[in-house]
Amino acid sequence: MEPFTRLKGLVAPLNRTNVNTDEITPARFLKTISRTGFAQALFANWRYLGDDQTPNPDFVLNQPRYQGATILLAGDNFGCGSSREHAPWAIREYGFRCVIAPSFADIFYNNCFNNGILPVTLPEPTVLELFKEVEATEGYTLEVDLEAQTVTTPEGRVFQFPIDAFRKQAMLQGLDNIGWTLSHLDEIRAFEERRQQEAPWVFSLK
Amino acid sequence: MPKSMFEKIWEAHVVRDVPGESTILYIDRHLVHEATSPQAFAGLKAAGRKVRRPDATIAVLDHNVPTLQVRGRRVLELVDQASALCITTMEQHAREFGITLFDMNDERQGIVHIIGPEQGLTLPGMTIVCGDSHTSTHGAVGALAFGIGTSEIEHVLATQCLLQKKPRSMNIRIEGSLGPGITAKDIALYMIGRLGTGVGTGHVVEFSGSAVRSLSMEGRMTLCNMAIEAGARAGMVAPDETTFAYLKGRPFAPKGALFEKAVEAWKQLPSDPGAHFDTVHEINIDGLAPQVTWGTNPGMVVDVTGRVPDPADEPDPQKRRAYERALEYMGLEPGQKITDIRVDTVFIGSCTNSRLEDLRLAAQMVKGRHVAPGVRALVVPGSMQVRRMAEEEGLADIFREAGFEWRASGCSMCIAMNGDRLSEGERCASTSNRNFEGRQGKGGRTHLVSPPMAAAAAIAGHFVDIRDF
Repeated sequence: MEPFTRLKGLVAPLNRTNVNTDEITPARFLKTISRTGFAQALFANWRYLGDDQTPNPDFVLNQPRYQGATILLAGDNFGCGSSREHAPWAIREYGFRCVIAPSFADIFYNNCFNNGILPVTLPEPTVLELFKEVEATEGYTLEVDLEAQTVTTPEGRVFQFPIDAFRKQAMLQGLDNIGWTLSHLDEIRAFEERRQQEAPWVFSLK
Repeated sequence: MPKSMFEKIWEAHVVRDVPGESTILYIDRHLVHEATSPQAFAGLKAAGRKVRRPDATIAVLDHNVPTLQVRGRRVLELVDQASALCITTMEQHAREFGITLFDMNDERQGIVHIIGPEQGLTLPGMTIVCGDSHTSTHGAVGALAFGIGTSEIEHVLATQCLLQKKPRSMNIRIEGSLGPGITAKDIALYMIGRLGTGVGTGHVVEFSGSAVRSLSMEGRMTLCNMAIEAGARAGMVAPDETTFAYLKGRPFAPKGALFEKAVEAWKQLPSDPGAHFDTVHEINIDGLAPQVTWGTNPGMVVDVTGRVPDPADEPDPQKRRAYERALEYMGLEPGQKITDIRVDTVFIGSCTNSRLEDLRLAAQMVKGRHVAPGVRALVVPGSMQVRRMAEEEGLADIFREAGFEWRASGCSMCIAMNGDRLSEGERCASTSNRNFEGRQGKGGRTHLVSPPMAAAAAIAGHFVDIRDF
């Protein structure tokens, strides 16, 4: 896993609620066996004028002032819908390392951690305030500090965000989750023996 | 201390639970399909790891498979090269890692969430995962079933476990009784319209109440399937005699004395009286009308007797903007009557509504009638078994004679990966689960409805209230 510690970066606003993973990465881009090559897929139905190539000048991410943004500011229930990890792959490849929103859909939230993207949850009034500031100020940046669990505005206002303690450590260190679980293999084996006694029908597949 | 069904299943699967760490949760059944797994197998290979329990892992081809056949068989030439590569890669990974695969010509093939319960792979009390958000469907048998991402698929393949933070619990009690022709789909859409697309976030939802008890297994699956559209991590329904009768004799379900022993254990699963839930909602569905979505998320829904809402009436500015965007995308006017909306295409299929019961209800609307001129109508059964049973009882003939296309099973036009899709601006009455922008094809306009509502729209050429159809 790619570690995340702190990030100071340009913010791009996507002021829409319930942005789903079909909108983040349309299904036609899922027809691949590769884990890369998704930067172009990001928000493709909004970003291009019909051909998946010609930029739509009206779409917010295409505005010159947001080029090079590394933090995406989004509305409530971001990442809802499909479980496709192609959505965070596209977000990461495009260049974002952090998404800030009032809430995230569960599967998307989990997928972010596995791809070095920090999902930051801030109260809705705060996010709405940030939208106003981003839109009003060209070159608006935020500083995100995972260790301190803070988002700091250019004027020095500090917002605290919640995060699960284990996930935080895993992300700070860039932990190999699978390796960590496999380090508890004895416990897994013991569980399997017990479960086989208690619920043998679960094991009767073959 | 009384416990909820979710707590019982959760506790029975905890491998390691240490403060300050994520819980290691054991996974009984891992369902795999070709659209989200190739990168997981590649990751496993790159790390030199094996599949820990090939015997607990079942793969099926569904997202990319053609629903057309050539001389009774499906061939790769029916889909584009990208879909074909996803299919052949799944076949290769199944061989390489020793996993059972229902390939596209296997008589057990179907949409992963249809075949799990149908084959008895999905059993009460299990933890079940799949790289697909509609895994919540399997909770209908009284299991803890949820969708995961590709990195998590790799994790489960390698360890048969997942790292989890315990979700909160929610009880949605649904009371009342359904009128004729009103289905679990209408309950689900009504519920999401009332409670919101994010109500279930962070929660495992147990559906209970008199309306849920009287649903068939198929109806419970439809309800749990749509739990993800309410944002829930998982949906579940307590197992009862309906569940046990459904599972008995299924190919992968336990047999004989082992089945009886299992049933005794499954009877202990329902939530204890007085069990705690972090959140409780109650809805009443007496007098519920058929539901039709007008917008671009499943919460944008009204009664078929209603009208497209006017964004100007919406006090919340964010919601107003979302309504305006949705109406623009959908090509609808505020105040337009739902029954005045004409459809170009009708899709009866998907993991939400393509089981035998769904096809029976749809066929009732179609029998002796014909699809309206200019309307394209498809029936895509959820599995090849559903297709065979529907053919045996004459449903296929009813659909064909009415002018419907009768296809082979797969995800098809719900996700538009296999070539079955809407074109720009095309309007569809669909029994699927997502009316998201572009979901059924770029620029396509989706209205979510129940199977009888979709079938009736195909005949009339516009939405109709099936109660007077």
